[in-house]
Amino acid sequence: MTELRPASDDLRAVVARRLKARNAAERRFRLYGRIAIAVALGFLVLLLGRIIQQGWSTFIDYRLTTQVYLDPARIDAADPAGANYDLLIAEQLLKRIGVADDEFGSRSDAMKDLLSGDLGFQVLDRVKADPGLIGKSLTLSAPLKADAGLYFKGQIQRSAPEEERPLTDQQLDWLDRLNADGLVKSGFNTTFLTRSDSTEPEQAGVLGAVVGSALMLILTAALAIPIGVLAATYLEEFAPKNRWTDLVEVNINNLAAVPSIVYGLLGLAVFINWMNVPRSSPLVGGLVLALMSLPTVIIATRSALKAVPPSIREAALALGASRTQTVFHHVLPLALPGVMTGAILSLAHALGETAPLLMVGMVSFVPGVPDALTSASTVLPVQIFIWENASERAFHERTAAAIMVLLAFMILMNLAAVLLRRRFERRW
Amino acid sequence: MTDAQVSPPALTPSAAAGASSDGAPRISASGVRVFYGEKQALFDIDLDVPDRAVTALIGPSGCGKSTFLRCINRMNDTIPGARVEGRILLDGEDVNDRSLDPVLLRARVGMVFQKPNPFPKSIFENVAYGPRIHGIATSRPELEGVVEQALKRAGLWKEVSDRLDQPGTGLSGGQQQRLVIARAIAINPEVILMDEPCSALDPIATARIEELIDELRAQYCIVIVTHSMAQAARVSQRTAFFHMGRLVEAGPTGDIFTRPGDSRTQDYITGRFG
Repeated sequence: MTELRPASDDLRAVVARRLKARNAAERRFRLYGRIAIAVALGFLVLLLGRIIQQGWSTFIDYRLTTQVYLDPARIDAADPAGANYDLLIAEQLLKRIGVADDEFGSRSDAMKDLLSGDLGFQVLDRVKADPGLIGKSLTLSAPLKADAGLYFKGQIQRSAPEEERPLTDQQLDWLDRLNADGLVKSGFNTTFLTRSDSTEPEQAGVLGAVVGSALMLILTAALAIPIGVLAATYLEEFAPKNRWTDLVEVNINNLAAVPSIVYGLLGLAVFINWMNVPRSSPLVGGLVLALMSLPTVIIATRSALKAVPPSIREAALALGASRTQTVFHHVLPLALPGVMTGAILSLAHALGETAPLLMVGMVSFVPGVPDALTSASTVLPVQIFIWENASERAFHERTAAAIMVLLAFMILMNLAAVLLRRRFERRW
Repeated sequence: MTDAQVSPPALTPSAAAGASSDGAPRISASGVRVFYGEKQALFDIDLDVPDRAVTALIGPSGCGKSTFLRCINRMNDTIPGARVEGRILLDGEDVNDRSLDPVLLRARVGMVFQKPNPFPKSIFENVAYGPRIHGIATSRPELEGVVEQALKRAGLWKEVSDRLDQPGTGLSGGQQQRLVIARAIAINPEVILMDEPCSALDPIATARIEELIDELRAQYCIVIVTHSMAQAARVSQRTAFFHMGRLVEAGPTGDIFTRPGDSRTQDYITGRFG
């Protein structure tokens, strides 16, 4: 007779022989897991580190504070807009640091290139508001031209060959003099957070893009979440299971995988060309992103509904609740945390979306803050895209800073998601 | 243990058809067949269920006793591919009648499940839910009265009266099951169906539920599915034995357990299979 089982000593030996290999496999797997996490974290730190390293300096700006004498000989009270204030200020600054202009005025032009155009506009606004100021002195403050700011930030080095940097040795000397005289002060760059896009880097900000993103996202949420949740609820809880609903389900899953630029094309064809929705408005952007987010919201909601234990449905139905009551009183509230998570993830995705918005004209230069859903606007990712393509060096640090603002926006949204989830989470 | 305990016929002008020796039955099933897709789960069940008594459905796993129970309040409607044929009369009215709204039927036929399934809401809300959706009680004081009465009848009031606002899911298994019974009787149904109500409970909790069933018997028609022979013998007045989708025999519990008419019943109750 053959022995089916090894005697107990044999059993020990057999198990012990394999045990070493099994434990080794276990340790190996844990090691691989740790390596994978370390690699992922490493890349994340690298990415964030690079962005912060490149962008943090945006949040510091160098402002020039100076007195301007509003020379009545140069300003015509009848036509204040006709005066060249930039030149006026530049000349007075030259005088102040004891440099005489040459006969062509090239030195004052060179000085003018160090100053933000904002300074001149400030004077104009003040003179327009009160022509009585002509002949008096004004104290004004404005950021230096972006290149001058880069010099103080150390990103333009005096040691670099003169022809390879935007500022001449002479201009650098002047900046040093202005600094030594205490006219230049560094501080937090509020301009970046309170202004919109500008052709001048030192006057460019993200406010317009942030407001545009927020308006668009509110519209996306207001459309995609109710429609998506209701569609998913109907499909999951009410629709008969047949070939048609299978077809709908397959199509929704496919739509979730459609490249986002295709939604942009759809938006261009349907919303702009056919329905005449104003282009580059948060309205058209929100509509396109709502379409894009719908499949994700539907899929997330359906899986959240599927995760609700059937015993809850049975309990409500057996009490004589109608199917609608069962779903809206019991099933949907239990699925809510999952629905929220899915919805906010898809909104975060929508927030970072660029390609479809390029198709509906949001890539234009918009210097103002949008005040309505139909006004021209840009959004953060597109603003980043625009600045990244700009030739001026100072825009590149602003690109990184805008990415930081976008990331902060996303972190805030995810935080909201976590809080909402905590608030609605219930056990069963 | 005879039928003497069974109370007089229901007040409703109930079905004369299929009247058994117990007087007018509350529920009368004839020729009930159930299909899950291609598979037939029940074969021509004829069974009368008396009022104000406990009827136990026993039989081995998969014999169709739960399926039959779920026919009575049309819970099989919720299973895709399930098909029910035959007639089940509740007070002479066919429950499968197209014109009968399942919502109305389920208000009249309460159900308690195998696993306690309180809603993840407060104890109060659990019991108040039924009365509220059916409009039995609308104002807060009215609801409070209904909830208190239902919890008292379910023997849970003393244990939870000071924490009605706490989640029903925080109670122990046995308490949850009594909460679920309170929830069912809060709308004052005519029939209570129980699908193995004690299978997830320990012996002490089981004893409490059995006591409760015994008390409720005075007011309701109760049908209980159970795997425990002893439980069937303890709580029921009538017993029906199911085997492989067929009703083998039904009768007074005492008779079924002492003088079964069929050898399969004999084998099952003596533990030879199942």
